[in-house]
Amino acid sequence: MSIAIYIFVMAGVTYLIRMIPFTFFRKKIKSKFFRSFLYYIPYAVLSAMTIPAIFYSTGSMITSVAGTVVAVVLAYLDLPLIIVALAASGTAFFTGLFC
Amino acid sequence: MKSLFLRGMSHGIPIALGYLSVSFGFGIAAAKCGLSVFTASLISATNLTSAGQAAGIDIIAASGALIEMVLVQLTINIRYSLMAISLSQKLDKSFTTPHRFAASYGITDEIFAVCSAQKNPLTPAYMYGMILVAFLGWVSGTAMGVSAGQLLPSSVSSAMGIVLYGMFLAIIIPPAKKQRNVLFAVLLAAGVSILMRYVFTMISGGFAVIISAVAASALAAVIFPVKDDGEANE
Repeated sequence: MSIAIYIFVMAGVTYLIRMIPFTFFRKKIKSKFFRSFLYYIPYAVLSAMTIPAIFYSTGSMITSVAGTVVAVVLAYLDLPLIIVALAASGTAFFTGLFC
Repeated sequence: MKSLFLRGMSHGIPIALGYLSVSFGFGIAAAKCGLSVFTASLISATNLTSAGQAAGIDIIAASGALIEMVLVQLTINIRYSLMAISLSQKLDKSFTTPHRFAASYGITDEIFAVCSAQKNPLTPAYMYGMILVAFLGWVSGTAMGVSAGQLLPSSVSSAMGIVLYGMFLAIIIPPAKKQRNVLFAVLLAAGVSILMRYVFTMISGGFAVIISAVAASALAAVIFPVKDDGEANE
């Protein structure tokens, strides 16, 4: 299948998700379950995307785990996103030099 | 009008700087999937979202079904609907329907966060300024990332593969540390995702993310309903 079709579908869905509620929504969501569900979705999505994929992200289990450990510790210490992301990558790089 | 645009631009600068490194990581990942600078930049320019794009190029690389692409984007990006609803409540009168069509393109986690922190009603000019600067950071970072992925030694580009995931951890860990309900959703989603990867191996990566996230969020919503309306928007 052509990549252009994938991109069109991807961009179209992403745009509609933003545009429809932004343009047409004037009331508040009342369903407590639905509001709660939407509240948890971003965290659950990111978690499911990260685990276990992060352990395969550098092509080496050892360097990925080292990077993950550093990212978890720095994120736990509330450091900014960029610092956590780059430190994870730096750790994976330096670990890779030694093994 | 013009000053509001400039004000939006200045508020967009830290967002753009953050996007540079993240989209650089996306570019590297796109290069690994065999995408060109143009294709990857086009994806970034038309989608303007990190997690959705990362999942999207995996589906492209795996020649997945279009319905999988639709469902994955829906699941990963549905949070933008909530943000859009929240922002729609605080728009200035000058925000006519055509402006809503245009500005909704730029609702990202970071732009949402900065816009919701504004005390004054949001104007189109302000949002356009911020979106423009963030867009430039996002697309140029992507282009540089793909080029780097093709040029840099593999030791560097493979280490960059962890950048996006590192950012995801930095987004979910601080709230999970403070709120037991978020921790529950995060751990449950990770657990189901591991199960999919190693036990139910016939389920493709995109669907595994959907199933994990929907199951974890639904259960968390039943066990820990969110009380405060404002909390649900963060």
